[in-house]
Amino acid sequence: MIGTPAIQVAGLVKTFGQTRALDGLDLTVGTGEVHGFLGPNGSGKTTTIRILLGLLRADSGQATLLGGDPWCQAVELHRRLAYVPGDVSLWPKLTGGEIIDLFARLRGDVDRRRREELLARFELDPTKKARSYSKGNRQKVGLVAALASSAELLVLDEPTSGLDPLMEAVFQDCIREVKAEGRTVLLSSHILGEVEALCDRLSIIRNGRTVQTGTLQQLRHLTRTSIDVRTIRPVTGLAEVPGVHDVSVEGDRARFDADTDRLDAVMRHVMTFGLRSLTSQPPTLEELFLRQYGDVLAEERAVAARNGHAVPSSPARTGGGT
Amino acid sequence: MTELAGTLTLARFIARRDRVRIVVWIASIVALLLVTALSVKGLYPTQASLDEAVTAFGNNAAAIAFNGPAQGLDTLGGEVAFQVGATGLVVVALMSLLMTGRLTRFEEEAGRLELVRSMAVGRHAPAAAALIVVSAMNVLLAALVTAGLAGLGLPLTGSLVLGASYGVLGLLFAAAAMVAAQITENTRVVYGSCGAVLGAAFALRAAGDVGDGTLSWLSPIGWAQKARPFAGEKWWPLLIAIAVTGGLIVLATVLADRRDLGAGLVASRGGPAVAPRSLNGPLGLAVRLQRGTVIGWSAGLFATGIAYGWVADDIQDLVGDNKAMQDMIARAGGVSLTNSYLSTSLLMLALVGAGFAIASALRLRSEETALRAEPILATSVSRRRWVASHLAVALGGSVIVLAAGGLGTGLAYGIVSGDPPQVPRLLGAALVQLPAVWLLVGLATALFGLLPRGVAVAWAALAVCLVVGVFGELLDLPGWLSRVSPFEHIPQPPAAAVSVVSLVVITAAAAGLVSAGLGAFRRRDVG
Repeated sequence: MIGTPAIQVAGLVKTFGQTRALDGLDLTVGTGEVHGFLGPNGSGKTTTIRILLGLLRADSGQATLLGGDPWCQAVELHRRLAYVPGDVSLWPKLTGGEIIDLFARLRGDVDRRRREELLARFELDPTKKARSYSKGNRQKVGLVAALASSAELLVLDEPTSGLDPLMEAVFQDCIREVKAEGRTVLLSSHILGEVEALCDRLSIIRNGRTVQTGTLQQLRHLTRTSIDVRTIRPVTGLAEVPGVHDVSVEGDRARFDADTDRLDAVMRHVMTFGLRSLTSQPPTLEELFLRQYGDVLAEERAVAARNGHAVPSSPARTGGGT
Repeated sequence: MTELAGTLTLARFIARRDRVRIVVWIASIVALLLVTALSVKGLYPTQASLDEAVTAFGNNAAAIAFNGPAQGLDTLGGEVAFQVGATGLVVVALMSLLMTGRLTRFEEEAGRLELVRSMAVGRHAPAAAALIVVSAMNVLLAALVTAGLAGLGLPLTGSLVLGASYGVLGLLFAAAAMVAAQITENTRVVYGSCGAVLGAAFALRAAGDVGDGTLSWLSPIGWAQKARPFAGEKWWPLLIAIAVTGGLIVLATVLADRRDLGAGLVASRGGPAVAPRSLNGPLGLAVRLQRGTVIGWSAGLFATGIAYGWVADDIQDLVGDNKAMQDMIARAGGVSLTNSYLSTSLLMLALVGAGFAIASALRLRSEETALRAEPILATSVSRRRWVASHLAVALGGSVIVLAAGGLGTGLAYGIVSGDPPQVPRLLGAALVQLPAVWLLVGLATALFGLLPRGVAVAWAALAVCLVVGVFGELLDLPGWLSRVSPFEHIPQPPAAAVSVVSLVVITAAAAGLVSAGLGAFRRRDVG
């Protein structure tokens, strides 16, 4: 973590009638870091952000934003942040350019040069009426309005939903520039590649609670590494070694997953059989994420199997290195 | 017939989804008609009083222009048809065009039609389903009108023709909206263009009816009235309307085949790339969002005011010796019949203007539910400032809207009576009603803060004020109910003297409600 936290949330609880949207959520975002905020639909990401924006009042727990109380000091704090909702809702009669200008004026900082540059980069036509914008273009209006500001904190709630891969790349460039300027970003996202590419640290939440938080490195350490080895003699007894999972041995080749924190002991066992070649693959964020929700997936698969549907048994590996 | 696959399923779905809206439309139009019929029965108890009406209205250009041709006025049925007149027909046309626009272009604009069309649904099925539902509404309306009037003891043939003329005109405007929905991408343009056609139809028949009747043949409303309910019925003018409706449906189908989903035949224009200087904060935004609405309501009230003012000078002749009508107009308690009439007219204008004020204040809620309040409140705009901006438009806009009504009434009456000072006098009299309008704005704001899901209660309150104001005397409502309406606590000039105390008290109550609503909104969750 770098410097004092821009956002500090502890034990946040929010209920809507019978539904417990947040159930003791913790979140710390350091100043100057890009923080990934991950969780499936309905896990409480948007509720957390709305509390941080002073739009909702928490039932209990603490939330501090830029050193202030998000509920009592909303107006002062809002001067220092820019927000993009997950579904940007616009006034149908106004043009995109008018809406971007309105937000710039409401925030009180207007940088015309930066506005023009962002419009060009995001390929957004500012003369179109908002009613005729597609979902992606509405999202671009919100992004241009937020990125054109010099706010010290950007709160982005699934900001790239509806953007094409080209625009996604533009967005990632913009966030890197924001980071280089030392500004803080809270990025709630579903797009794991985006989080992996941009975020210094991340928090994974589930049912209104934080289940994992740390750097990608640290989170990887908490989970498994895939290992593929060729040995001089066939490996035996691997399944009995603590921390080893999903073993498959064919002759001199062994493939398995190992808990990253047990890797040392596991590899010592393998070495005794004479190592010929080794490929290891750290877990992708997708695997990290799915592991947190393994039981949910398993349950869904069980239901699907009962109903006679085939389900792929494991998620496809994406990216990763050796 | 694959182009119509799924039509009936969609029609059933629409009927279920919009069941409340459908019932409210039909019930309120039928109620409007039956209440008018009842009041006509009360006003003209004898044949002598009916004969008097013939002399009063028979040559009165203003009354004819607003109601329709003077036909069969010496019968109760003819009198009912005349009193409901063109207004009733306009309301039916509005029902049909608003429902059709909503079920066609609005669905398409919202992107929901795309999803529907991606299923095993024919190209023309959604439009056909909309047409079926709106047609069914008009048929039901026609049947209920017929049954209701016949039930009140009016001749069956006349009741049937009046009911049919409603249904036929409604269908015609449904078809017209269908055509407009193919041409433009924007639902508001559908409403606006069909509304303009409706206005032109009204104006053509007004000019025609006042003159020799020729121009009325160019107007769909004219065709409906040429069917002469209760005055020697003729069916064939309705056939013209049916033929035109058929032609419009064919045209809409042809146009629909020439365009893409989501597009219109006319592409929408762009707008400025840069915001004007006025769009610089929440107030600038609120003004921009509601500017058109304020102008529209003001124009409407100005025109209505002209209509009221125009007949004011003839009111003595119109009423003649009819005791019941004198009582109704004299409800304001004035000495002069003309002044009483003007007070009642200004009250009507204020009640309509209150409709604008409530809609405008409730923009707060619609902005909130459309998630458009959230990004504004996430900037350095406080909740107080955001609410104040929209209320400024509601409160200030109601001044403009009521002033337009008073000005229209004053100008018209000033001209016909040759008495220019009537303009400031009636303008002032219209503005005296403002505190009552503001009280309803206060109620809407209080509901928005305290009971955001129940903001519709503000409309119910206006409905109570309307019933008390319009039918209070006629229905012989209990006094306590009448006193609920703030309009009853404002002495109505020019018939009665202004009481400053009551104005101050009502304004203070409005301010209290506004601050209660604002206080509650600042403590509650947004969204």
